[in-house]
Amino acid sequence: MSNAAANLVALHTIVRREIVRILRIWTQTLIPPAITMTLYFVIFGKLIGSRIGTIQGGYSYMQYIVPGLVMMSIITNSYGNISSSFFGAKFSRAVEEMLVSPMPNWVILAGYVTGAVVRGLAVGVLVLCIALFFTSLHVQHPLITFASVLLGSVIFSLAGFVNAVYAKKFDDIALVPTFVLTPLTYLGGVFYSIQMLGEPWQAISRINPILYMVNAFRYGVLGISDVQVGVAFAVMLGFVVALTAFGLHLLKRGVGLRS
Amino acid sequence: MSSAPALVVDNLRKTYGNGVEALKGISLTVQPGDFFALLGPNGAGKSTLIGILSSLVNSSGGDAQVFGVSVNRQRNEAMKLIGLVPQEINFNQFEKPFDICVNEAGFYGIPRRIAAERAEKYLKELRLWDKAQMQARTLSGGMKRRLMIARAMMNEPRLLILDEPTAGVDIEIRRSMWQFVSGINAAGTTVILTTHYLEEAEQLCRNIAIIDHGTIVENTTMKQLLSKLDVETFVFDVTDVPGELPALPGVTLRRVDEHTLEAEMARTHDLNSLFAALTAHGITVTSMRNKTNRLEELFVRLVEQGRNGQEQAA
Repeated sequence: MSNAAANLVALHTIVRREIVRILRIWTQTLIPPAITMTLYFVIFGKLIGSRIGTIQGGYSYMQYIVPGLVMMSIITNSYGNISSSFFGAKFSRAVEEMLVSPMPNWVILAGYVTGAVVRGLAVGVLVLCIALFFTSLHVQHPLITFASVLLGSVIFSLAGFVNAVYAKKFDDIALVPTFVLTPLTYLGGVFYSIQMLGEPWQAISRINPILYMVNAFRYGVLGISDVQVGVAFAVMLGFVVALTAFGLHLLKRGVGLRS
Repeated sequence: MSSAPALVVDNLRKTYGNGVEALKGISLTVQPGDFFALLGPNGAGKSTLIGILSSLVNSSGGDAQVFGVSVNRQRNEAMKLIGLVPQEINFNQFEKPFDICVNEAGFYGIPRRIAAERAEKYLKELRLWDKAQMQARTLSGGMKRRLMIARAMMNEPRLLILDEPTAGVDIEIRRSMWQFVSGINAAGTTVILTTHYLEEAEQLCRNIAIIDHGTIVENTTMKQLLSKLDVETFVFDVTDVPGELPALPGVTLRRVDEHTLEAEMARTHDLNSLFAALTAHGITVTSMRNKTNRLEELFVRLVEQGRNGQEQAA
C-alpha cells in the first residue's frame, strides 16, 4: 500500500472516530447550541428586535443577527470540539495511539480539524434551520456564504487545537473561550454594525478577526458587510496559513505531547 | 526480509529539561526472533528507552535502528515495524475494544476490512471477543492489559515491545498472556520485555540487558548470566530442628523456625553430601525449595555493584 493511500486511511479513521464521538455525546455537542441560539432568536430577535425596526440595508434586526449568530455557533463549536477532544486524548494518553503510529503530523492535524469542522457545520445547519422558524432568508451569494463558513470553522478549529496542545488541565481549555473567544465574538459585529460605533472603537473593532468572518458570512447571506469582502477573505486565509503552520510546528516539536 | 538486527541502540542519550540524565549513552543489540529482557529498578531508564524507540520521547543524542531503519531519520518507516504495549493504560475508555483495535490499525493505514478481521482474530486469541462491543472502561485490569496487547498486534509488528505488561495482573491471566506472546515470538516476532516479575524474564527470555541509572550494567544471554550465580540458598522443611545446628563444611546453616532451615552453599556443592550430613545429625527433610529466584538474586547483586561502583567513583 502506498504512503498516500495509507495516509488517507489514517485520515478517514480520525475523522470517523471524531464523528462517532460527536454523535455519541449529541446531547453535549448538538443540542446545547441549538437551545442557546433559539433563546437568542426569541429574546434578541423577536422580543427586542421587533422594537428596533430595520437596521442596515432594509433588513429587520432578526434578519441582521441571524448570520452573526450562525457564525458564532459555528466557531464556538468548532473550537470546543477540537479543544475538548484533543485535550481529552492527551489527558487519557490515548493520543499516544497516534503518536506511536507511522501517521505523519499533517494527518493528525487534518483529521482533528475535519472532525471539528463537521461539528461546526452540523451545528450551523441546525441553527440556520431554527432561524427559519423566526424569519425568512434568501442567500445572496451561496459560494461566499459557504467559503466564509468553512474558513471561519477551520480557523477556530486550528486555534482550538493549539489551545489543546498547550493545555495541561481541563481548566486551560475553558480559559480561552471564556476570556478571549466570547468577548471577541460579542464585539465582532454579531449583534450590531460597527458603523454604529464612533472612533476609536470602529478602528479597534477592525483588529478583531471575528469581525471579518461574521461580515463575510453576512455578505454571503444578506449582501451587506461592514468590511470589504476581499479583505475579509484575505484575513481569514492568512489566519488559516499561520495557524496551520503553527499547529504543524507544535506537532513536530512534540510540545505538550512528547518528552 | 532484511538480515539487519531487530534493534540496534547506539550511544543513546536522554537528558530531560529538568536536567535529569535518564540515559547516559547506552548501546545494545537485539537479534531478530529474540525474546529479550530489559530489566532495571524503577527510574533506571527503561521507559525512557522504550519511549525513544516508540518516538514518544525525543532523544538527546545517539540513534536507534529497528531492522536497519533509523528511528530518528526515518521515524514513520521505523514505526511501521514496532508494536508497543505501554506500562500505563492509554486507550479511550469510552470506546469499545473492537473499535480501539480497528482504529489503531487505521492509524497504520490498514484498510477497515482487514483491520476488522485482525481485530476479531487477536481479540479472540486474547479471550476478549465476548467483550468486543462493551465500553473498555467496564473491562477488568487484566482485560485492559490484554486489550493493549491485541491493539499492539494490529499492525502485525516485527518488533513487539512490552513495558511491564503484567503489572497487577493475576497469575492465571499472566500465564495466558505469556502463552500468547510466546506463540507470537515462536512465529518470528522479536519481543522486548520489561517486567518486575523476574521469574517471568528467566522463563521466557533468551537474552537480557540490565539497566540502572541510565547505563547498561549487564548485557548477555540469560544462560551466561545465570551461570554467574555462584551461591544458592535452599529452604528445607524439616521434622524437627535440633537446638544446636551441625557445622558442615562449605555450607552455612541457619535456623528459621522449629521446622525450617536455610542452607547457603556454593552452586558446585553437591546436595547428596548435604542430605547425608543432615540425616547423620537426625534431621529429616520433608521438602525443599530455592529461597529466591536465581535471576532476582543476580539482579539485586548487579544493581548493588553498579551503585557501589558509582559511589566509589564519586
